[in-house]
Amino acid sequence: MTDAISEAPRALEREAEKNDIRTRWLLATPAIVIIFLFATAPLFVMVVYSFLAPGDYGNVKWEFSLDGWTNVLVQRDIFDDTLMWADAHLSIFWRSLSLSVITTFLTLVFGVPTAWFIATQPPGRREVWLFLITVPFWTNLLVRTIAIQELIRAEGVINNTLLFVGLINAPIQMMFTDFAIAFGMTYVYLPLMVLPVYAAVEKLDFRLVEAAHDLYAGRWVAFRRVILPLIKPGIIAGSILVFIPSLGAYVTPRVLGGGKNLMFGNLIELQFGAGRNWPLGAALSLMLMAAVMVSLIYYVRVTSREQSDG
Amino acid sequence: MKHALTAVSALALMAGGAMAKELNIYNWGNYTNPELIEKFEAETGIDVTITDYDSNDTALAKVKAGGHGFDIVVPSHSYIPIWISEGLLLESRPDQMENFGNVDPVWVDVAWDPGRHYTVPWQWGTTGVVVNTKYYDGDINTSAIFMDPPEELKGKINVVPEMGDVMALAIMYYGGTPCTGDREILKKVRDGLVEAKKSWLGMDYGNLEKFAKEDLWAGVNWNGSTFRMRLQNENVAYGYPKEGYVVWMDSVAVLADARNVEEAKMFQNFIMEPENAALISSFARYANGILGSDPYMPDDMKTAPEIVIPAELKDKGVFNQACPPDVQQLYTRIWTDLQK
Repeated sequence: MTDAISEAPRALEREAEKNDIRTRWLLATPAIVIIFLFATAPLFVMVVYSFLAPGDYGNVKWEFSLDGWTNVLVQRDIFDDTLMWADAHLSIFWRSLSLSVITTFLTLVFGVPTAWFIATQPPGRREVWLFLITVPFWTNLLVRTIAIQELIRAEGVINNTLLFVGLINAPIQMMFTDFAIAFGMTYVYLPLMVLPVYAAVEKLDFRLVEAAHDLYAGRWVAFRRVILPLIKPGIIAGSILVFIPSLGAYVTPRVLGGGKNLMFGNLIELQFGAGRNWPLGAALSLMLMAAVMVSLIYYVRVTSREQSDG
Repeated sequence: MKHALTAVSALALMAGGAMAKELNIYNWGNYTNPELIEKFEAETGIDVTITDYDSNDTALAKVKAGGHGFDIVVPSHSYIPIWISEGLLLESRPDQMENFGNVDPVWVDVAWDPGRHYTVPWQWGTTGVVVNTKYYDGDINTSAIFMDPPEELKGKINVVPEMGDVMALAIMYYGGTPCTGDREILKKVRDGLVEAKKSWLGMDYGNLEKFAKEDLWAGVNWNGSTFRMRLQNENVAYGYPKEGYVVWMDSVAVLADARNVEEAKMFQNFIMEPENAALISSFARYANGILGSDPYMPDDMKTAPEIVIPAELKDKGVFNQACPPDVQQLYTRIWTDLQK
């Protein structure tokens, strides 16, 4: 009898729990469907395609082939048929990688002081500055990139100003150079560095800096030992945000660099376009994703260690 | 009864919808004269929509994928055999259309569509070299302009990143025929291109402005595009490489899965009318292949050196083909080596 009485509420409880679980799943369904449709399924197509043979005029043939993957790293020399490293792919990847590192470095150099400046303004003014930082996002990337061309042309704003002031006698060749690419990339990705660093600096407790000075730390030591460790998560987040899209950057290097040297993104495009080798293109894209994944894992490791240390 | 009525009125509505005639054209960007379309709409009452593409490969991939809703496409000659063999085009028999008699006989029995059972000429042109004669006054009818550039032009050269055209020009420069698989010539081509690239500034599309403003002085370019440059800067000149230059033609075809077949056929017939063909040319500045269109052409086109090929260089033009897949793979590798 007592059993029966205690049984009933328990059953009700179980029922409620089941309902709860079902509601949770139902609520999660849209998210799961979207993730599957727009992230997992396309990725799955890419993985499958990378193991097929290229079709004669684009697309794929439904035959299993490892050529897509092996060609990423090794290729037969087209003239003497010896097997060798696909140094074209590797050096193009290296170019994209070093461009991303340089861009990240330059955005750090310009972004951190900017973020610091904004975060140390009175609250009302901060919002104005932040607003100004986001203004470039209102215009399409391609339009902004072409506007930069106008600045660096032989008879562009920069050259004409320098000529007028008398600093140079003949226009400097800036268009279609590595300088132009670095300039454009830094300009495009700067806000992605400024915003997370700003968030970190804003949270900084300036009494700690005062305390450091009280303990006879100079400006440099206070910065290195107190400020830097505190804003490090912001700097790392900003670096990741800049580094990852830079790796796949496509428009800016092409328009400002003149397209003479391929970036990794252009190499992938070539395989799906005129190259008609979709499996190789799919394999190269997955390789790029792997590189991004490695840097993300590194980020998670570093930040989680920070937290457990603190 | 009520249901039956609803069904009938729904049918009537659908029929009404189908009667508003429309036509969806899929063509290269900045290539279709708006006046031509307005005229076609006014004459036929058909509502025309134009969608742009930027390369033969893009167009082919999109149509092959299906669900595109286009009726008409304008591929280059080298791609038309692919379109036909993949079963993507409708055999619309332009050769039996009313205006077919206007097509220049030279363009009727073409290798890519013998007797014109599928396609109608849109425009044709050449790929050659462009030089700003203010900076270089030597012979410009040679591929040496970009393969072995004169000292004056080094560092100011732009080569359009059109793999098929540039490979064909370079192969002919070394005495080969386009689409060759001959390793000896291809090795020369690869090494030659890699060496020449050191003197290039860019490999970029859409540089009309840069040539007009003299940021670029020489390079590989299309004739009509060079024509438009010259209209902005009279020093810009077009050269026909004597080692061989590329000739191409874009043609209008009806898609096999077109929804508006009759309208598409009307458009094919419409553009074979000389007056309408002249409208096509006056916009994009390429020749059209329709006899009798000359009187309707703008005066500056009749004598333009970009359009009128010098007699002694006429036989140096070569139609490039879609290369066989294995050769294409070699070319992609050379192209990647060039840009690594």
